[in-house]
Amino acid sequence: MFTNIDTFLPYILGGLSTTVQAFLFGAVLAYSIALVMGLARTSRLAIVRGFATVFVELFRGTSLLVQMFFFAYAFPSLMPFTVSAFVAGGLALGLNYGAYASEVVRGAVLAVPKGQTEAAISLNMSKFQTMRRVILPQAVRLMLPGLGNNAIELLKGTSLVYFISLADMTFNANILRSSNTSLSAQVEIYTYLLLTYFVLALPLVFLTRWLEKRASKGVSTV
Amino acid sequence: MTWDWAFAFEIFPRILEGVWITIGATVAAYAISLTLGLVLTLLRRSSFKPLSLLVAGIIEFIRVTPPLVQLFFVYFAFDMGPFLTGAIVLGVHYSTYVSEVYRSGINSVPKSQWEASKALNFSKAQTWKKVVLPQAIPPVIPMLGNYLIVLFKETPLLMGIYVMEMMMIARSIGAESYRFLEPITIVGFIFLVLSYPCALFIRYLERKSGQLPGSAEKGVKA
Repeated sequence: MFTNIDTFLPYILGGLSTTVQAFLFGAVLAYSIALVMGLARTSRLAIVRGFATVFVELFRGTSLLVQMFFFAYAFPSLMPFTVSAFVAGGLALGLNYGAYASEVVRGAVLAVPKGQTEAAISLNMSKFQTMRRVILPQAVRLMLPGLGNNAIELLKGTSLVYFISLADMTFNANILRSSNTSLSAQVEIYTYLLLTYFVLALPLVFLTRWLEKRASKGVSTV
Repeated sequence: MTWDWAFAFEIFPRILEGVWITIGATVAAYAISLTLGLVLTLLRRSSFKPLSLLVAGIIEFIRVTPPLVQLFFVYFAFDMGPFLTGAIVLGVHYSTYVSEVYRSGINSVPKSQWEASKALNFSKAQTWKKVVLPQAIPPVIPMLGNYLIVLFKETPLLMGIYVMEMMMIARSIGAESYRFLEPITIVGFIFLVLSYPCALFIRYLERKSGQLPGSAEKGVKA
């Protein structure tokens, strides 16, 4: 057992760049959506709030894998242009985790004490100034740990692109498994795969811990 | 391609058959995560340092690696059949999240409660059963409920190991008919219809739990 590391591990790592690219695509999209939708959910305009709520509930209420299949197989048939599997996978990851992360943003913005907004109003700040100079700087500190956890979840979620035939690490591992059918080889393949994901996640885990520590530093708890 | 109502009505009953597998897997996995989650929490609090560190490490590893890969690992390493494998793997995966929830509940029980139990000469088991858990669990019930919904939406992953749940059926319908739009949309619709009311109910519990006599007392203390 565990004697084929020289052949198995490089083959699995052949999918590393796809995994990382899907992660980055998803993360950029997810955090952009999280910021826009999270703020839209706190808007005073009912129509903006309503649109954001429908968006968030739709993407949280249906499953990530369902969304990925939709973007990969159903969405292209509705559109006049083709959608590559990578774009479909990235879209599903970004929209789904963006919807979850927008809740983190919303929670953080709402957690900033009301007195801060009142103070900004009394200083004659515009709505935009209040958000940019008073609310957001305080909210960002509160949302960072949550967004770090979202990144870990997103990394795990990238393994689902295997289902839409993107050659990520999970996909490569399954190809290896289909040509190495002995029990020990199969256990070996998935052990390497799990360990690789774990190593990839570790920096995110430490980053999140650090952010959690930072978030509570030097802040009065009243 | 446009939406075909006749086709949608034709395949709807077929997809609906899979909903029972989906619900069955969700309930089985949830039962496992609620039980194992508590066990993990208690082990992690062990005063025997190597044990608590080991448990913390295992929790971290399971939590940050993709459940899909864990499914493949267990499916090919142990010969348990797809449904049982799916329920166990999802159950164990989310027990690590659930244990965090229990932990936060237990940490919110004031230290004086432990001291009072000691003063009353309660045994360790009595303290847990009669004093700590009855105060630790109720406030976290909404959070525990959240993971039921999360688990429900994770079940499409089980198609990776050939469990005949809704998404698996939808994909085979798509492969037969070359129409993915209707089956995938129907699955998404069923997920939304089942999970959204549950989510609303849990949010209602969350709002209400702020007014429970127990948590109000804690509010005074804090």
